[in-house]
Amino acid sequence: MAYPAQTTRIRRELLVKTATAIRAGDLPGRVDRFPLEMRPRRETALRCCVHRERAVLRYRAMALLGFSVQDEEDELKPLADYAREALVRGSRDPRLLTVIEEACGGCVRTAYFVSNACRGCADQSCVAACPKQAIAVRGGQSAIDPDRCVNCGKCKDACAFNAILRIPIPCEEACPVQAIVRGPSGRRELRHDLCIACGKCMQACPFGAVAEQSEVVEVLGALAAGKPMTALFAPALAAQFQAPLERLVGALRRLGFTGVVEVAAGADLAALAERLELEEAPFLTSSCCPAYTGLVEARVPTLAPRVSATPTPLAYAAGLAHERFPGVPRVFISPCVAKRREALAGAVEHVLTFEELGAALVAWGIEVDACDPGPADVQATDRGRAFAMAGGVAAAVGAQAEVLCGLGAETLRRLRLYASGKGPARFLEVMACEGGCIAGPCTLADPKVARRRVPA
Amino acid sequence: MEPVTVTICMGTACVVMDGSRLVLLEEHLPERLRGLVRIRGERCLDLCTRRSAALAPFVLVDGEPLANATFESIVLRIEERLAGRA
Ligand code: FES
Repeated sequence: MAYPAQTTRIRRELLVKTATAIRAGDLPGRVDRFPLEMRPRRETALRCCVHRERAVLRYRAMALLGFSVQDEEDELKPLADYAREALVRGSRDPRLLTVIEEACGGCVRTAYFVSNACRGCADQSCVAACPKQAIAVRGGQSAIDPDRCVNCGKCKDACAFNAILRIPIPCEEACPVQAIVRGPSGRRELRHDLCIACGKCMQACPFGAVAEQSEVVEVLGALAAGKPMTALFAPALAAQFQAPLERLVGALRRLGFTGVVEVAAGADLAALAERLELEEAPFLTSSCCPAYTGLVEARVPTLAPRVSATPTPLAYAAGLAHERFPGVPRVFISPCVAKRREALAGAVEHVLTFEELGAALVAWGIEVDACDPGPADVQATDRGRAFAMAGGVAAAVGAQAEVLCGLGAETLRRLRLYASGKGPARFLEVMACEGGCIAGPCTLADPKVARRRVPA
Repeated sequence: MEPVTVTICMGTACVVMDGSRLVLLEEHLPERLRGLVRIRGERCLDLCTRRSAALAPFVLVDGEPLANATFESIVLRIEERLAGRA
C-alpha cells in the first residue's frame, strides 16, 4: 500500500493510548476519555460527525479490551467497566474478530448498480439479459430490484453505454471462505464457524469495521506489574524495525520480558523434520501457515492428507521456551490473526501482535535501536529466520518446490491441480499473505521495506 | 542548485505510526524533482518524545520538522523550499 490508511493510524493511536494507560495502571480511569481526546469537537470528521466517530472509537476500544462488540447489552456501559472486567477475567474470548456495526458502511446489497449514464434505450438489452427479471425500466432509466438480483452481471455486459457499474464489497471479496456475510440489518456479520482467521476482511475494509479482540490488558498489565513472561517472537518481527536483531532482543527485555525465544529456532527444527518427512513422501505441502491449512480443509479437503504433519515453528518454539523457562507464561509475538488462533489453541498462553507490541514500545518509551544489544535465550540460524518471507520454508526444506502466495482464485486453481496429483513440484509452500509473514495483517512495516531486512 | 535534504525518521514510534514506507520516497518523487532532493534515513529524531508520538511519522525537510508526514506532504514541502531558493 503506497498510502497510509487512516483507519490504520487511528487503530495504532488508540493502541498507544491504551498501552500508556495500562503502563500507568490507570486504564479504567482513562479509557472512557479516549474517544473524546481523539475526536475533539472542533475537528473535521472522517465520517458524518464527531459523535459517530466517537461511537466507533468506543467500540474499537471495546474490542481492544478483548470483548466482542456483538455482545454489547447496554450502550451506556462505560469502557471503564469493561476494562475492570478484562483485568479479572480468567480466560480470553475464543472469538478473534468482531465487526463494528457502527463503522460498517453497510455496503451495497447488490454488487450491480445502474448509474445515471443509463439512457433508457429502446433496446432494453439489460432487461432481456437478466435471467431473474430483476431489472426493469422505470421513469426513463433501468433499475435493479435488490430482492431479485443474484449478482450474475449479465446486465452489465449487455449495456451498450457501460452504464451499469459493479460495486465490490471489499470484505466479502477478500474472504476466501465466505465467512463474512450480509446480516439482516444490512451490515456485515462474521460466521465464526467458517472463519479461518486469515485477516483478509480486516485488511480490505475501507471503514476499518473489522477489529481484533485483543488481550493487551492481560499481557501488558502483567509486564507493567513486573511478572515474569517469556516472549516468543515470530521471525518477521526482526524485519519491522531498522535495528539489529540483538537490539530488538534488548528492547523486549526492557519491556519486561524475562525470557526471549526466537520462533525462528523452532523454524530450524521444523525445516529438519519436514526434510525427513519429505524423504518418505512423494509430495508434501507446507503446514506452517494456519490460514492456508484452514483454507485447504475448507475448500480443497482432498489435499489435506498431503499437508505436512511436521509441527509448526511456533509449536517447536513453545516447547523450547517451556524447557528453558518451565512454568513461565509464554507470549507469542504474532504477525497475524491466524497465528493468534493457532497459538491460543494450545501452543502458548498469550499473544501480542506486532502492532500491539509496537504500541507497547512507544508507551514504555523504548527506542529499539537504542537498546542494549544481547542474544536471545534461544537463538536461531539465518535459515530459520528466513521463514519470515515467502520462499523461506521451501529453501530450508531444500526440495524441488513451488511457492504460492495469497488465498484467492489463482491459488485455489493450483491447489486443485496438486490435489489431483498433477502438480509439478515435490514440495508446495503456500503463504496466505503476499510475500509471506512480513505482509501479515498485524505487521507494522511496509512489506517492501521489511523484505530488505530478512536474511536471504 | 543545492539539493533539498530530506531526513526520514526510521525510529520505533515513526514505524508504529505507519511511517516505514517513507524511506521509499525516492520512488515516489515526481520526475521534475529528481536530482534536486537528497534523502537519508536517520535514527529516532526525538520528535516523538519532545512533541507527541501521535504526530508521528516525522521527517525533516532542510532541517525543519514535518509531522504526520506522507509522500504528498513531503513533496509539497520540498517544492516550497525550492521555490524559496529560486
Ligand atoms: S521515532 Fe521518529 S521521531 Fe522518534
